[in-house]
Amino acid sequence: MENHKAAAAAVAYRLLNQTKHKSNKILHQRRLIPNSTQLNPSSSTSGFTQASVPLNQFVASYRWDLRKSSLIHTHHRKFGSVASTIVERNPNFSTINHDDLIYFDKILGAKKVIQDPEELQTANTDWMHKYKGSSKLMLQPENTTELSQILDYCNSRRLAVVPQGGNTGLVGGSVPVFDEIIINTRRMNSVISFDQVSGVLVCEAGCILENLISFLDKKGFIMPLDLGAKGSCQIGGNISTNAGGLRLVRYGSLHGTVLGLEVVLANGSVIDMLGTLRKDNTGYDLKHLFIGSEGSLGIITKVSILTPPKLSSVNIAFLACEDYISCQKLLFQAKRRLGEILSAFEFLDSQAMNLVLHHLDGVRNPLPSSIYNFYVLIETTGSNESNDKATLEAFLLHAMENGLVSDGALAQDFSQASSFWHIREGIPEALQKAGAVYKYDLSLPVEKMYDLVEEMRTRLGAAANVVGYGHLGDGNLHLNVSARQYDDAILAQIEPFVYEWTSQHRGSISAEHGLGLMKAEKIYYSKSSETVQLMASVKKLLDPNGILNPYKVIPSSLVS
Amino acid sequence: MKIMVAIKRVVDYAVKIRIKSDKTGVETTNVKMSMNPFCEIALEEALRMKESGVASEVIAVSMGPTQCVDTLRTGLAMGADRAIHVDAPSTLYPLTVAKLLKALVQVEKPGLLILGKQAIDDDCNQTGQMVAGLLNWPQGTFASKVVVDKEKKAATVDREVDGGLETLCLDLPAVITTDLRLNQPRYATLPNIMKAKSKPIKKMSLAELNVDLRSDLEVVQVTAPPVRKAGVILSSVDELVDKLKNEAHVI
Ligand SMILES: Cc1cc2nc3c(=O)[nH]c(=O)nc-3n(C[C@H](O)[C@H](O)[C@H](O)COP(=O)(O)OP(=O)(O)OC[C@H]3O[C@@H](n4cnc5c(N)ncnc54)[C@H](O)[C@@H]3O)c2cc1C
Repeated sequence: MENHKAAAAAVAYRLLNQTKHKSNKILHQRRLIPNSTQLNPSSSTSGFTQASVPLNQFVASYRWDLRKSSLIHTHHRKFGSVASTIVERNPNFSTINHDDLIYFDKILGAKKVIQDPEELQTANTDWMHKYKGSSKLMLQPENTTELSQILDYCNSRRLAVVPQGGNTGLVGGSVPVFDEIIINTRRMNSVISFDQVSGVLVCEAGCILENLISFLDKKGFIMPLDLGAKGSCQIGGNISTNAGGLRLVRYGSLHGTVLGLEVVLANGSVIDMLGTLRKDNTGYDLKHLFIGSEGSLGIITKVSILTPPKLSSVNIAFLACEDYISCQKLLFQAKRRLGEILSAFEFLDSQAMNLVLHHLDGVRNPLPSSIYNFYVLIETTGSNESNDKATLEAFLLHAMENGLVSDGALAQDFSQASSFWHIREGIPEALQKAGAVYKYDLSLPVEKMYDLVEEMRTRLGAAANVVGYGHLGDGNLHLNVSARQYDDAILAQIEPFVYEWTSQHRGSISAEHGLGLMKAEKIYYSKSSETVQLMASVKKLLDPNGILNPYKVIPSSLVS
Repeated sequence: MKIMVAIKRVVDYAVKIRIKSDKTGVETTNVKMSMNPFCEIALEEALRMKESGVASEVIAVSMGPTQCVDTLRTGLAMGADRAIHVDAPSTLYPLTVAKLLKALVQVEKPGLLILGKQAIDDDCNQTGQMVAGLLNWPQGTFASKVVVDKEKKAATVDREVDGGLETLCLDLPAVITTDLRLNQPRYATLPNIMKAKSKPIKKMSLAELNVDLRSDLEVVQVTAPPVRKAGVILSSVDELVDKLKNEAHVI
């Protein structure tokens, strides 16, 4: 486990250094924006283009909601075009004073009360270096009791808090917006129990995903989710964002695999829902409220999760397709012909492939003889090595004969397999290295999904590089616009177009990353106003003072 | 000119090795097996020679139990023209393999025999040298670059030695063993996997090749290296000095 930590730290360090230049760029650009623009609500900031652009093709009720949500409050522009998010500090919140620090020291002990500027700078900044808070205090409770005491106190003092796990979230949800106290769960990192027969793992929320994966590996089990950030992200963070990842097509969403949770509410009360049962229909299944609510309703402290057995035969193919329709047909057939052994179906376009080949060291194109428009990665997991391989080969050869696949390579050993995965998992890092990036994580009907990428390319022309990749098997597109630097003109071409297009096609503006700060005000693109109202009522019920992760997930006008 | 390439089936490079409980060897049941990485490099080099017109045919050979056929199929999918599988029990020592290779060379008469410098399971690094001795052929081991001159029937081999490169010129036929930096092996592509299905794999027995299994080696015991003891964190320099003096006895 130490090794993994060291590796994760090394990666984090590299990322920190490599993004340094970029944050300089951002700062530089921000200086160019006159101060008045930053504060003037009627200027053409990205948040406002949304309301003034005619939304003619838009569903009527959503249009009203959008106008309403944008007009109600005065906006303060925090991060120029980079973050495109507009909020104002809620004056109902107190600020930390000397007595507060004495209290925290008393209940936690000095080493869990962090005021060191360097540590705070890291904790205030998100993975993309796009969102930055100015918190002066981070608390690292070691158990549920300590966390409960912290929240009880913060609630009575109206001190706002932001729950933080591995801080790999991609929507600005895991860092403070202003001076919220950071409550980091990293010290709550022990495995509580594991049942070999049922495969139920019970652990604390701060366990790092990769550590859980290696813990289970020794027992012959795997985690039902896997994602590129595994070396840093924590299971509590995964559940709070309802992370999807690379294996969802096989093992389903966390709403299915999480069997129980222990959470602490804003007033410090501990809610024990830590069941380990597959079936339990007694009353409302409230744990689901905390899966995907991004720390806005309570802080997860313990987790009980169903883990599948590790199967010995894993095969991976890296394929080339001429057009998007072939990718779709391939998915359709894979679901039928690979059935129970299909464990991942991922796609990337040639733009994504080029980025990875250019920006990551030691990556090699598995199919170098030609440039293809699309690449698909198929993984099978089963229990019979020779059967599974034969099934996959037969499927692929058939697909090739039918012209769905133009070329492909089949990994012959683990190192080839991991180099195929490295291409797919390396895309976010390659995009980071390429310059400024606007990230959109959308759920769309599979047949329409790539039309958006093409339309976006037409809109932006030579101004930016539009990249499409994602979890095709789940209908999840990661649309990324990569540009030399952050630019209001580019952003105005992307937003609100992306959100309107997605809403029109009955998609979701957040498939798996959540809303965080980035999209809190955009929720109406995917949810009706009645639904959002009900969400606000739930929030008010569980967190009447609104201290938990304020300004995130739902429009702040509804809760403050 | 034909090129013969020796291929070994080994526990996958990425698998964590476990010792059998009776200490007779390494656990291989239900473990992912793959082509030895140095053999992949050997095969890649042979394929490149064929593509550049130096060689006319690449023959992949492997000896061991039936499953070696899977590894040979991978070799065929990478581009070898045909394969020979010598059916033998799983534990073969370098000298036996060298004798089998010599017998196969006498049947096929290749101009070049290429092997990996060692297999990642037993790390012996002996087979290439032994077969060169048995055949009385020149040898270029640990090759990091190979250039074949068809007209002169010679190969120039750069080898990585301590402190630099040594360049040898060998008359063909010769034995070459490959080092890690020689090349980067290709992937098995679907069209080639499809073609490989119809390529022949000839099966031969030890008796046909007139080699017996007798070995002068006996494995007494296989054990895992001792587990490294966890370190301790000391709280002061004084404590460190004390430990160095009284526990480690080094100062
Ligand atoms: C390289 C990379 C690849 C990624 N790939 C994927 C992917 O394939 N699929 C996917 O879905 N996501 C992906 N993500 C984003 C993903 O959401 C996060 O990586 C992960 O799920 C968040 O975990 P974390 O511990 O880092 O949480 P953080 O980033 O620390 O927090 C995320 C949110 O959860 C809240 N939170 C954290 N811990 C708790 C807790 N204990 N209780 C209550 N609230 C809490 C925070 O307040 C915040 O709102 C990726 C990110 C990166 C950087």
